Amino acid sequence: MAGQSSTGTSATRRLGILVILMLAALALCGLWFSAEDVVQGSTVRIMYIHVPSIWTAYIAFGLTALCSGVYLSGKNRSLAWDRVAGAAGEIGVLFVAVSLVTGSMWGRLTWGTYWVWDARLTSTAFLFITYVGYLAVRQLGGTHRQRARRSSVLALLAILEIPLVHFSVTLWRSLHQEASVANPNAKVELDGLMLFSLFLGLVAFTMLFVWLVLHRQRVMMLEDAFSDRGLDVAITARRNEAGV
Amino acid sequence: MKHASFIFGSWGITAVSIGVYAVWVIRRGRELAKRATREEMPWT
Repeated sequence: MAGQSSTGTSATRRLGILVILMLAALALCGLWFSAEDVVQGSTVRIMYIHVPSIWTAYIAFGLTALCSGVYLSGKNRSLAWDRVAGAAGEIGVLFVAVSLVTGSMWGRLTWGTYWVWDARLTSTAFLFITYVGYLAVRQLGGTHRQRARRSSVLALLAILEIPLVHFSVTLWRSLHQEASVANPNAKVELDGLMLFSLFLGLVAFTMLFVWLVLHRQRVMMLEDAFSDRGLDVAITARRNEAGV
Repeated sequence: MKHASFIFGSWGITAVSIGVYAVWVIRRGRELAKRATREEMPWT
């Protein structure tokens, strides 16, 4: 029966099927039907996954900060906020890694090198390392509430890096191109199917992120419950030993 | 297609890395849900 022995429900299953269909459509449009770019040639096809990856990472880290802020604000100290923050942070790290790898492969074809210590690339790598640190802090010992408090503070500090990464291309001289589609002054003319592929990628990756967060935060809820169970058993055993 | 190895390689790395993570999350959830009570799974 749906949801009886898993983290899924009928709603997440429907969402999962929709995500698979959208990703299949993205692969067809991005790799097959859309035209090559007049400047980038076929390498533009990497953009249909590179841009949605970093977009999803921004959303993930934004959600991590939002949930951490709600938790720390004191209005609602439910650990559910912390678990959603942790799940989003973990998925964000995955998408930043994908963005860095796909970006370096695009860079090898376009710039002739996998990596340069450019402002955008360096700040993105720093963002990745920061959130790996956030995940490491979540694994430190202590109670769930101690974990929630310290990781929430870190998440609120780490989110300050996002504007730095995003505006690095305008703040410093950068090899990385500035915003093109979202820039009203750029006057970029994209073929209809190219634009559709890009937006399909953004929507599909965002929905994939939602699906992953729903499942991951439920896994975290079970991990917390099992950890509490183990603690209860240990306390009972010690009390029995002490004859309390 | 020019640069096919890089293009399919980047798509492949993306699909495999996200796919492996998604499968891990689902399998971990199933493994824990088998031993959980209904109260520990409010979504059921």
